[in-house]
Amino acid sequence: MSSPEFKNPVVKWIDHRLPVFSFMHHELHEYPTPRNLSYLWNLGSLAGLALVTMIVTGIILAMHYTPHVDHAFESVERIMRDVNHGWLIRYIHMNGASFFFIVVYIHIFRGLYYGSYKAPRELLWILGVLILLLMMATAFMGYVLPWGQMSFWGATVITNLFSAIPWIGDSIVVWLWGGFSVDNPTLSRFFALHYLMPFLIVGVVILHIIALHRFGSNNPLGIDVSGKQDTIPFHPYYTSKDLFGAMVFLTIFASAIFFYPNFLGHPDNYIPANPLQTPAHIVPEWYFLPFYAILRAIPDKLGGVLMMFGAIAVLFVLPWLDRSPVRSGRFRPLFKLFFWVLLADCVLLGYLGGKPAEGIYVTLSRLATAYYFIHFLVILPLLSVVEKTRPLPQSISTPVIGGGMVSAPAAKRGKADV
Amino acid sequence: MFKRINQTICAGGIAMLACVGVMATSVVSPAMAAGGGGDIKDHEWTFDGPFGYFDKASLQRGFQVYREVCASCHGLEYIAFRNFSDLGYSDAEIKAIAAEYEVMDGPDEEGEMFTRKAIPADRVPSPYANENAARASNGGAYPPDLSLIAKARPNGANYLYSLLVGYKDAPHSDDVPDGMYYNTAYSGNLIAMPQPLYGDDIELAGGGDTSIEALSEDVVTFLAWAAEPEMETRKRTGIAVMLFLFVMCFVSYGSMRYIWADIKKSKA
Repeated sequence: MSSPEFKNPVVKWIDHRLPVFSFMHHELHEYPTPRNLSYLWNLGSLAGLALVTMIVTGIILAMHYTPHVDHAFESVERIMRDVNHGWLIRYIHMNGASFFFIVVYIHIFRGLYYGSYKAPRELLWILGVLILLLMMATAFMGYVLPWGQMSFWGATVITNLFSAIPWIGDSIVVWLWGGFSVDNPTLSRFFALHYLMPFLIVGVVILHIIALHRFGSNNPLGIDVSGKQDTIPFHPYYTSKDLFGAMVFLTIFASAIFFYPNFLGHPDNYIPANPLQTPAHIVPEWYFLPFYAILRAIPDKLGGVLMMFGAIAVLFVLPWLDRSPVRSGRFRPLFKLFFWVLLADCVLLGYLGGKPAEGIYVTLSRLATAYYFIHFLVILPLLSVVEKTRPLPQSISTPVIGGGMVSAPAAKRGKADV
Repeated sequence: MFKRINQTICAGGIAMLACVGVMATSVVSPAMAAGGGGDIKDHEWTFDGPFGYFDKASLQRGFQVYREVCASCHGLEYIAFRNFSDLGYSDAEIKAIAAEYEVMDGPDEEGEMFTRKAIPADRVPSPYANENAARASNGGAYPPDLSLIAKARPNGANYLYSLLVGYKDAPHSDDVPDGMYYNTAYSGNLIAMPQPLYGDDIELAGGGDTSIEALSEDVVTFLAWAAEPEMETRKRTGIAVMLFLFVMCFVSYGSMRYIWADIKKSKA
């Protein structure tokens, strides 16, 4: 970690007093990164891109939006019709939420598959789960702001969940609403919080990155970097790869914004909120559907709420549920199998969350919910004991499979260099 | 060897994306089910697809249908007369159209409200003063505002078209209560709106087909525009953005390969 020599005298002068340039050089330029990262490692920078996009478009929308029950819906339509490029800003923001979740969900499943939550990255993982929680709260409140039918009824259903808390539940709901139903005080506080929370997310993201840079990225082999021959500087290798990933992401994102902007939305949200008329089916946004399915799977209200939050809570303790010393699913034949079952289970839960809570859907929801928890609470701890893992490669640059180009002694020499 | 591993990883990533896609479509299907129940026919629209556009002649005819038929009960509250430039009208024509409407203004210097001729900056006035007045005149049913109707119903344009041409004799006439009408497209088949179009209802300003199908198509085109007046600009901008991004994908891919060349070589 030698300090870089800056040629520009102004940069040199500043860096001597405020070492921002050294900092950027260490963390973005020479930051040693495993050389074998796949495209699944692009999702972190994409999530960052999505977050920045949401904040920028969100601030512009806030300049034109009116958080009042009598004006919110109309102010959104004014943005769509009368604000210059307002439709573009709003469609970016609206679809951006969905794409942010798509990126983050892939990012999470990548972490699950390659054991990125294991020592020494437990706190990195926990901070990530915290970001997910904050994102969910932010997205929920954001969906309320246009004050359409789904905004209103979604807010009513979700805030009502807190009434399940014994003794104080009803008082908490009144406190959340700022009244006796979802109304103007609810809308204005949701707007204030929706503006605040993204900046909390930025804060946790910074901690997430600090924790990441402590030990560097995990990699598809899940083994530790053993020396210089295993890593390459972040810049220009991964900056160029992230740039390419960003372009592919933007292409998919743009096709949704410009050609199918309402595909992921619900038509009912173009009907102004009407407290006297309940929609036939109240469904949350797609990214909440798996959790919504878990909530409805439990016949008891409090139980459903606890299980729904439990589905996230179990992720916080995941590093201590999966005790297998091998990180990457690539060398864990059984774990790999159960990983894909879990992914299918989550997709099934998402599907069920969008279906009415009746008949076979309820039974399936219960089974899928049970499996979700069994995976984390029973299967993973059990696998840590019984699974026979495949042999690990000696180092990243000498993979066992295919007998890499660097011989074992060379790899050891590399180790000695450090 | 590494290439193969990379391919497996990519395949895994694509599979994950596909799963998310499946999940996303599952959101849409319940929405369809919620508003459906009726028989919705697919119709071909000029505004479908990435190259979609609004046919201006059809928009003008559709506006005429709205004005002479729909407007007696349905408002268009988010549309201002100035927006009709999208329909191909000149400024003078828009002024003339606006002047045919009366709007409430005021208070004046004496504190009185007064009516005056509308100007292009005014919104299209609604037929009723408020929702209660609308319900009172329609046997308790509220004729919804039409500015967003094409976006506020699942499969909007096809639904509206099917609804307009979907008035049929009920299979058992006893099943239709007073003040309700039988419609094959409407969820539950009983709708409070009397059949608005029969064909040959109006004489089109520029002449043309006045069959119920043609008039319905025109008015649905008009309503699709009213819900998404930005659609043409949006799709045209989209084409340019996509072209730009395709080029950027290739350029960034090329630069990545160039930068990674030495790493790849050392692995070969």
